[in-house]
Amino acid sequence: MAKQGVVPDALTQPFWDAANAGRLVIQHCNACNRLQHPPAPTCQQCGSGDHLAWKDMSGRGTIYNYGVVYDCPVRLLQADQPFNVAVIMLDEDPGIQMYSHLPGTPVDQVPVGGRVEVIFETTANGQKVPEWRVVG
Amino acid sequence: MTPQYPHASMYRTTEGLGLWAHRGKVAAVGVGHSPTARRWDGNPETCVGAWSILALRKAIADAGVAPDQIDGLILDPVTTTGAYWPEGAPVPMDVVNAFKPTSDLLDGIAKLSADWILQNMPELTNIQFVMYAPRCMSHAVVVAAQAVGSGLTHTCLVLKSWHNFEGRYYQGGANAQDAIDGTSAISRLWGTPASYGTALQFAEYCRKYGKTHDMMAPFITNSRRNGLMFPEGYWAQHRPEHLTAEDYLAARWIAKPANLFDNDIPIMVSAAYLFTTPERARDMKHKPVYILNHASSRGTPRSLTPTLDEVEAETSKTGRKLYEGAGITAADLSFENTYDGFTLFHQFHIEGLGYRGMKHGDALDFYQTDISISGPNPVSPSGGNIGSGRSRFWMHTDCIQQLQGRAGARQVTGVKPEIAISGGPMPLGGNFTVWSATPG
Repeated sequence: MAKQGVVPDALTQPFWDAANAGRLVIQHCNACNRLQHPPAPTCQQCGSGDHLAWKDMSGRGTIYNYGVVYDCPVRLLQADQPFNVAVIMLDEDPGIQMYSHLPGTPVDQVPVGGRVEVIFETTANGQKVPEWRVVG
Repeated sequence: MTPQYPHASMYRTTEGLGLWAHRGKVAAVGVGHSPTARRWDGNPETCVGAWSILALRKAIADAGVAPDQIDGLILDPVTTTGAYWPEGAPVPMDVVNAFKPTSDLLDGIAKLSADWILQNMPELTNIQFVMYAPRCMSHAVVVAAQAVGSGLTHTCLVLKSWHNFEGRYYQGGANAQDAIDGTSAISRLWGTPASYGTALQFAEYCRKYGKTHDMMAPFITNSRRNGLMFPEGYWAQHRPEHLTAEDYLAARWIAKPANLFDNDIPIMVSAAYLFTTPERARDMKHKPVYILNHASSRGTPRSLTPTLDEVEAETSKTGRKLYEGAGITAADLSFENTYDGFTLFHQFHIEGLGYRGMKHGDALDFYQTDISISGPNPVSPSGGNIGSGRSRFWMHTDCIQQLQGRAGARQVTGVKPEIAISGGPMPLGGNFTVWSATPG
């Protein structure tokens, strides 16, 4: 699917740089040893901005939930309707979610609870983005 | 006059606060609505500013108060339903010049400042307190309740207005671009419509409790039926069509399991209320409706989208806060009027309230019973956004009118209208009010 391009900003640059290098990283507060996503300037638990770092993830997870988009507001994706948008829980912390179109999975045949692994998809401006595919 | 934004201390966001200090000491005494339209037709007399003035003047007349007795104004300066003035499009100067404009020429057309209102309502000669309460009437109502209760204003207009232009909902701006910024991209690259998050929660709810989407049909048909008895509403005014279960089940998906009729229709409309103290209310035209408490939810999801566990924890907490501050229990509710735009979260609100003894997972079965205005368990007697279009305020107007006994054809008959709750919008982020026919 032709996702919109991404223009990394200061907050998210490490996330997007890692994606271009084929790595999935998630923001981590070293003070309270807690992952957070989406990224934020401060830890959402302790409020510290001084202890945030980026941590490599295994790239494995589970499908927590999904919906099927039939009426998409994003112009570039409208030609691909309907499509799945699943919510992935990371193995490192099931509280951390990522969205996925689940490439290769038929529309509305999403195995909730199924195992997934990360892949990296190229968007409209060449920036890569973490995506997920069902495994096993 | 420079409007203030509410200080955090104006909200009741936690449990354990005890009875609200101003319980029964704030009253709603006037209601005014503009007409409705699907979209603006470009005429000065139908712009969002003009309809705001109309709604405010109706509320003043409805209360029977002299304009110079009004000392407060609370409103939302943001009026968009998701439609923005097209970038580079000329501003219609005939509309601008039909009023006393501010320095922002789109004021009164695509936004609404307090200055614009005050410049164009010269009869409001005594306004001493102006506050902005963004997003929706639910917010403005709780801020007004707290402001009147704490003496910041004694007679206060509360206004929420919406504009809507040509074009499809949220399809412009960043959604039409070839690239977006990195922070937005984390959540927006996947192209989800507004109802997607609620659809997810509903899907999880159905899996957890063994429910199905078609069980929503009685709620939908009840909402439209009630909305068609709301003469101020969009469907009653423009398309008086009943909605059948078959219509609902055949509707196209937007974000499955949310279909077209699980989404509300964006419209143009304004509503205004007049709040005052019980002492001043004695001199006004209608029976006052008292506020027993207000409470706000400020939950934040751990990650991208709220889980069902997070939703249920927050709505239960909201229910406890409302009852604690009002000094009532769920058994005291005559009816409920919580938010429905999107329909698929209404059950979270009413289960959180424990309406009619409901627990999590019970609401869709409850919808299969008599939830009409003539039964013992009215659900959303206003019809909400589904019954009258996207305003987020039908529920508040309905609570006031029901408790005054002037809801017309919509008047509940299966229960005595004594205490009700309205509010929203979202289960994790909303503002709620307990209304009463007596001061408690």
